[in-house]
Formats: sequence, C-alpha cells, structure tokens
Amino acid sequence: MTMHTNPAELAESEAKSFVTFKVADQLFGVPVTEVQDILAPDAIAPVPGGPADVCGLINLRGRIVTVIDMRTRLSLPPQDHAGKGMCVTVESRGDAYTLLVDAVGDVITLSSDLREGNPATLDAVWREVADAVYRTDQGLLVSLHIDRLLAIGPKS
Amino acid sequence: MDDLLQEFLAETTESLSVLDVELVRFERDSSDATILSNIFRLMHTIKGTCGFLGLPRLGSVAHAGENILGKFRDGELAVTPLAVTLILRAIDRIRELLAELETAGAEPAGSDAELIDEINGLAAPSGGPAHVEIAEAEPASTLPNIGDGGFPVAAELLAEIAQSLEPVPAAAPAPELPAPAAPREPASRETAKEGEAREAASATSSIRVNVDTIENLMTLISELVLTRNQLLQMQRAQKENDFKVPLQRLSHITSDLQDGVTRMRMQPIGNAWNKLPRIVRDLAVETGKKIELKMLGAETELDRQVLEMIKDPLTHMVRNSADHGIEDGLKRLAAGKPETGTIALDAYHESGHIFIRIADDGRGLDVERIRQKAITNGLATEAAAAAMSDQQVLQFIFRAGFSTAEKVTSVSGRGVGMDVVRTNIERIGGTIELSSVAGRGTTFLIKIPLTLAIVSALIVEVSGQRFAIPQLNVTELVSVAERAEARLETINSTPVLRLRDRLLPLISLRAALHLQPQGTSHDNFVIVAQVGGSTFGIVVDRVFDTEEIVVKPVAPVLRGTPYYVGNTILGDGSVIMILDPNGLSAAAGQMEGLDQAAAQERSALAAHADLASFLLFRASGKELKAIPLELVSRIESLAAASIEHVGGRQVVQYREHLMPLVPFDPAHVWKDQGHQDVLVFSDNGRSMGLAVDEVVDIVRERMAVELSSARPGLLGSAIIAGKAVDVVDAAYFLTQAFSDWFEVTALHAAAKRALLVDDSPFFRNLVAPLLTSANWQVTTASDGAEALKLREAGQNFDVIISDIEMPNLDGLALACAIRNDERWRTVPMIALSSHTEEADINAGREAGFDDYLAKSDQTRLPENLARAMRATASNQRRAS
Repeated sequence: MTMHTNPAELAESEAKSFVTFKVADQLFGVPVTEVQDILAPDAIAPVPGGPADVCGLINLRGRIVTVIDMRTRLSLPPQDHAGKGMCVTVESRGDAYTLLVDAVGDVITLSSDLREGNPATLDAVWREVADAVYRTDQGLLVSLHIDRLLAIGPKS
Repeated sequence: MDDLLQEFLAETTESLSVLDVELVRFERDSSDATILSNIFRLMHTIKGTCGFLGLPRLGSVAHAGENILGKFRDGELAVTPLAVTLILRAIDRIRELLAELETAGAEPAGSDAELIDEINGLAAPSGGPAHVEIAEAEPASTLPNIGDGGFPVAAELLAEIAQSLEPVPAAAPAPELPAPAAPREPASRETAKEGEAREAASATSSIRVNVDTIENLMTLISELVLTRNQLLQMQRAQKENDFKVPLQRLSHITSDLQDGVTRMRMQPIGNAWNKLPRIVRDLAVETGKKIELKMLGAETELDRQVLEMIKDPLTHMVRNSADHGIEDGLKRLAAGKPETGTIALDAYHESGHIFIRIADDGRGLDVERIRQKAITNGLATEAAAAAMSDQQVLQFIFRAGFSTAEKVTSVSGRGVGMDVVRTNIERIGGTIELSSVAGRGTTFLIKIPLTLAIVSALIVEVSGQRFAIPQLNVTELVSVAERAEARLETINSTPVLRLRDRLLPLISLRAALHLQPQGTSHDNFVIVAQVGGSTFGIVVDRVFDTEEIVVKPVAPVLRGTPYYVGNTILGDGSVIMILDPNGLSAAAGQMEGLDQAAAQERSALAAHADLASFLLFRASGKELKAIPLELVSRIESLAAASIEHVGGRQVVQYREHLMPLVPFDPAHVWKDQGHQDVLVFSDNGRSMGLAVDEVVDIVRERMAVELSSARPGLLGSAIIAGKAVDVVDAAYFLTQAFSDWFEVTALHAAAKRALLVDDSPFFRNLVAPLLTSANWQVTTASDGAEALKLREAGQNFDVIISDIEMPNLDGLALACAIRNDERWRTVPMIALSSHTEEADINAGREAGFDDYLAKSDQTRLPENLARAMRATASNQRRAS
C-alpha cells in the first residue's frame, strides 16, 4: 500500500493526514507520519499470561513487533470471524507495535477546522486514547494518541 | 587515504590497549621474554605504520619507546617503574596524537622533543638522535619489505596506495633501528619481519565494520530466512525435483549466515577491562600502594551495546576500590592483611544473567561516615538515619551527589559518582548490589540481564505453543511419558516427581500460563530447573532441540508479565517467548517457602528425629496409614497387567530387575486391569514394592507414635495432620520380601533420651520410629563425629545406640572417645551391627559398648532392642 501526503495541503490551515481504519464499524485515524507499515498479519505468536490487550508477537522483517488487539483495547466485543484483519504498525518510545484492526481504509487529509475535542460523555477508555474527533464525510473519525494507546500496564 | 588512515587509527588504538596491559604484566615479571617481545613487536608495528603513512611525530615518539624496549630486551637497561612510566607516557602521547589525527585528519603541529629527550636520556648513551633519524628512515623499511615479501596481494595494494600517497617518501631501504650498524644485523631483521607479519595478520584477521551495517545485515538476513522458509514450503509441496539439493544448501548457508552475523555483535567483556590494569598500576604508583588486579571470565561475551554501557561504571568502581578501598601497605600489615591489596573482577553467566563482581579486600565502607554524610546532605533525617540498618545506610552511596572521599585525589573526584554508575547499569535493565565488611573489603555485584546476549535455549512445547528455556537454568531433562521409568504422581492433586532421592516440586507450564490442553500427548517431559538454591520441575508436552538464540527484551507493555525474560526469533522466522524459570516459580506461588520447608526438613531429619515427613495412604480399610517418607524411594503406579504371579508371589519387572511385591493386606485382591499403586523401598540396590490401595498425601509432622500395636505390620498409631493414623512398620513388610533385608542395617537404645548413630538414613528412619513407639525421645546422628558434636553442644542422652561401620568416625572409635571423656562416660551404649562374629562382639565390648545387637535378626530386633534398652536403663539406675 502506498501513502501520499500532499505538502501543499498540509501547509494550509494545519491540515493533517491520517491513515484510517475501522474497528467494530468505528472509523479511527492515526497520523500518517506515525505509521510505519501496514500488513496482513501472519503467524501471530501468542504471549500467554500477558496483558489481555496484547494479542501476540509477529516477526516484521527481523524485528519483533507487539500486536495490540484494538477490539480488546477499546473494550469492544471480539471479532466474530477470527483470523482476519489488518495490522497498522506504529512506533512508541523506540518500540514497534502493530494495531490489529478490522479493516484499513485510506489516507485522508483533514483540516484542523474539522477537529473537535472529545465529547465529555465518551467512555473512559476511549477518552484516554482518543486525541480528538474529526468530522468527515464518512462519519466521525476518532484520531488516536499513540503513546496513550500503548500505555498498557501489566494486567492479569 | 581516508580508509587507510581509518584502519591505522583503529588498529593502533587496539594495539595501544594491548600495550597497556602487557606493560603492566611485564613490570610485574620483567623476566618474561615472551611478553617483552610481544610489547616490542606492537610498538614496532606502530612505529612502522606511522612511518609508512608519513606521520613523523607519532613515528618519533613510538621510536623512542621502542628504543627503550630494545634496551630492556637486550638487558642493557633495567626494568624500573620509572622506565615503564616513561613508556606509558609515550603511549599516552601517541594516543593524544591519534585523537587529534582522527578529528583533524592530520598530525597536529608541535614537538615531542621534551618527552623524547627524557626517554632517550634514560636509554643513553645510544639513543640520542633517534627522533630525528627515524622520521626519514622508517617509511622505507616497511614498504619495500612487504613488497619483497610473500604477500603479493598486499604488495599490489600497497603499490596502489603508495601511488596515491604523494607524501610517502618511497625511499631506498634504510636502517631499521637507529644504531648505524643495525641494517645487516640479524636480530633487527628478524624484528622487522615479525612486525610485518603482524601487520599482515591483523589486516586480514579483523576488520572494522560500522554497527549500523551489522544491524542492517541482521535485518536482511531475517528476510532471507523468511524467503528461504517460503521456498522450502513450496518445495515440500512438490515432487522430487532438481531444486531440492540446492535448496537444502541454501537453507544451511542461510542458517550459518544468521548465526555468524549474530555473533558479530558479541564481544568479550575483556575488551572493557583492557584499560583497568593500567589504571590500577598508575594509581598504585601514585599512591604508593601495592595492588594486584585479578581478572576472571574476561572471555564472557556481552552484546557490544551493553559492553559500552558498563565500561565506564566498571572503570569507576575499580578506580574507587584502588583509591579508597585498598589501604596503604603499612596499614594493611598493621591490620594483619597481606601488604598487597587485591581487587578481583569476575564475570560469568548465571541463570540467564551476566554477573560481574568487583571485590576488594580493603578497609570496607565506613557506615558511620556514610550515615553522617547522608544527614549532612539532607538525604535523610537524623532519626531516620539512626533507625536504618547498615545495609540500608550503604545504599546512600548510590544517591546523587554523594561522595565520601574527603580527599579528592587525581584519581577519584572526576565528577562520576556511584549514582551515575547505578543509573547506567539500570538503563540496561541491570541491578547493582553492594556488601561491605569493615576491615575486610567491599564487594559490588552487577547483574545484567542477557538482553542481547546469545544463549543456548531448549525449545519446548505445551498446548501446541513453543517456548524457549535458557539452558543455563536447566539441569536435567526427565521423560515421564507413558512407558518411561519416571512417572508423574499426584498427591492430593499436587503433581510431584520422585527423582532419585528427592521429591521434586512441579510446575505445570500449561497451568501456570492458563493454557488449554490440546491433542493427546500431554505432560511427557519434566525440565528440571535450578534457580538460585531451589530446584523444581517444569512439566511440558514436548521437547525439541536446543537452539542458540539472541535474547531480545520484551516490549514495555509485556514487562509486567513475570514469566518471560525476553523473546526471540528462531531460525525458522517464528517469534518465541523465552521463559524465566525464576518468574515462573515465583508466580506458581510459595515455591520459595516450599524450598525452605524442604531444606528445613532435611536438616531436621539429619540431626533430630522429632520432625518428619510421612506418606499417607490407604490399604486394608478406610483408615489412613502412615509411613516415614524417607523410607519410600518411589511411588509407582504399575499397570496391573505388568504384575506377574509366580508361585503365589507377585513380582514385577522394574528397572531391569524383578521386584517382589508385597500386599499390605494379606487378603489383597490383585486386579487384572487398571493400575496398582505401589510404594517402592530400596536399599543397597534391592527394591521391593508394597501394594496399597491409594496414595493420599504427604504431611510433615512431629513423630509421636502413641501406642504400640499388637497387629503385625503396624508400629502403633499417631496423630498426623489432626487424624489418627496407623504407623506402618516398614521392616515387617521388607522382611516378607527379603528375609535378610536387614543384614546391612542397625538398631537402638533405652531410657528417656536416645541417641541413634547410623550412617544409613534408611536405618535411622526405620529404628527411630521403633524407639519412639517404645517411648523414647530420639536424636539421630549420621556418624561418630556428628555424635561427638552433639556432646560438644552440651546435649545429654540416656542411651546411645550406634552402628559400627560408619564413615569419619566408626562405632568403635566413637565408643572409645565416649568412654575417655567425663561427660558421656557413664551413658550406656548399645552396638548395632551386621558384624556378629565373636571377635566383633568382643571388640565392641572392649571399646566400651554395654550390649551388642545383630542387625541381621530383623524379626527380633524390636524385641531385642527393647530388652537391651530396659537392661541398660536399669543397670544405669543401679549404678546411680
């Protein structure tokens, strides 16, 4: 998959480009500058005893990358058809993580005019990981704060 | 030019480190010609290369140094600390020049005349004009020599280089050494050749590669592995074809390649230690102390990044030890210590970590001063500091801004504190511990996880998932599969394994990781793991191979998970978690407690018979039966079909022997199918099995047999775990299997307190309950020496029962020792021996035994023992 960013667009009115993806029909976005790779996961090695949000590890060209199950992370019901999905690889504090999502959408550029703060009534987990909400023609897009998203503590 | 210079810089820097170390060694033992010639060669190489590259300043300094070394070698100059210091200064100067050369790309302007004159002054009379001469003479000697020599490739290269290097004077052959008469002298020619050979060797045996290059290579190789795996997969789906053989080759080469690149990153820790002998030596000279630096385990390999991180902390700590730790010679002698202080560095791999110990035998840390300082510096309030233990107070030295050195010498006080040391070590996930004994020295123990180190790991599988266990933790692998000798037992649903003479606590990996059983093949292997002092078994389904792996730290989100030390990518490209046996055992709960209990139990059994473990089982009715666990060597569940009935007796093939089986209940009905629980007793290579209905539990209890039993096979009853149980007389059943079972064993005494001395744990465990049931309080000792220790400890006994044949101090010697000392002189002694010849008995009586019982007469042993005990007790009463 290739991603294009238009510098001209970025310059005007502080527009930002996002890679979009869907988890349980909700549209999410991660700043395109933070995305390292998008892949279809193959052979996820589970980590028994690890946090529930970690669905396992994959070998991404010789690098061990932690796979985060976005459904679990966002307290959503597990996907009915297991095994499918796509991975969006990001980096946080020098470590690579990949977010297991239902489907990857597109790269879109959104102007800051469309940006809204988090609704106050948002679920606590969501409020924690959501950076902002954007109004798009495909519906509301929740842009994620990567570092906060990956601040996963030890859990039984 | 750049490449060449780069290589020269790297090579020379390395040579200089070696020189430092070698010189310090040489100073200590100036008679060692090998070290000297090594030093000489290194210096000569540096000099030669400098000349070749047209670096006159460097060349002249190196030459002056070489000059002195030459004098050492020829015995013209004595090896004095002053001379060695001068050479070391020359080395330092070379280093400085190199540093500038590296940054500026050219030698700095300036003169080394002062240093060279000083050196030459020492080397006088012949060394005078050396520095002038060498700048011209040197280039010539190296270049043509190589050109003429047996290195055609090198020669070509050199010729090419020479063309591109205008400043290099391609001069005619010229004298190698400063002395004008030298050129034709055999010795100097030889030296020149040695130098060449070394140059050529170092040029071909090692090259320097940027770390990023290696990292990239590593990534590429991982890709290659994946591609190879895909190819192999495709190949497997095909019929025989031409690709098979080349693919296999490709596969092997890929594996080797991966291996090789992984190793590239590793460096021996000795690389970080190179500077230390020099530092310690300089410090010793400066402070007038005598210090020996011992270095062990220099070959221990570390990832180079880790190595870089610990280099400075190590240097700092060694410097601290030398500066503050070690006292000066007079003080040491006054304190009764050897004049020479020792600083010992020791590096080793253990249980998945690298340990580095830095120990000195100096004065130790001054706890009171640290306490005061902590208060002064506001690190703790007076009350808090006063309440702290010494160990807690010592930790203050790791706090920022803390330094106890009242004098700042040129050595310490460079702005690096122990806080920096600790920060650096913790940054790579390590820990540092400190212990100090006033007057005895200080020891630091650094523990670094094997984050990036290569370890050999055992690959195991449970519930279809693979895991790696570092081989360092694995002591043994036991197969417990259906047909194997060892079998898993459950006691009260807690799995245990009887491994030789001990009961091994087990952790089911499946249960610990909450995995679901998969397939049919379960719990086939027990990995016996050792962590610190505790040993336990990890139950897994399958064991694959061992593999060399690079331990990579887990992602931060997984650090809270206690079971893993890291993860890695296996040769086939799959990601695998590396288990941490320590974390597993801790997570499995109370392992530490268990272990302690086991240790206590062992020591309690060795010296005192009041606490013992019992195996509880059911046989012949619902009542619980108990038997001392020590007597039971194994618990087996035998297939009923494997039991053979021969002439009214039951036997089973067990460990290549026929083992007789005795039913607990004479009316026992042998089953045709299913399993038969059997307690196996072994002694002296013989085994017998006691058939029981069900094994229930193992409990640890005070051995208090309440009353004797008239029923054969039972000693009496006891309260164990709050329940009345029948205590089984193992001896009764043993003699049913082998009438002569006890020929090799021993028995007991009479009165309130009895001391039982026998080297056979089996017999101690057999006799002690007999005595207990006759209302004796029993203490056991495993030989005469141990018995005498009890006497020294002020213990008193009413009777002593002793075996004759024992290690250390036998029964006869024990009797003599007892009879020749006031304390136990009057205590009745009963000998218990399998030697029952007239002469043996007389010898026993002569030694001081009051009675002599035969071990062989097992059926009457309890009776005889009781009689003898009564007799001796009443004799004693009469005597008193």
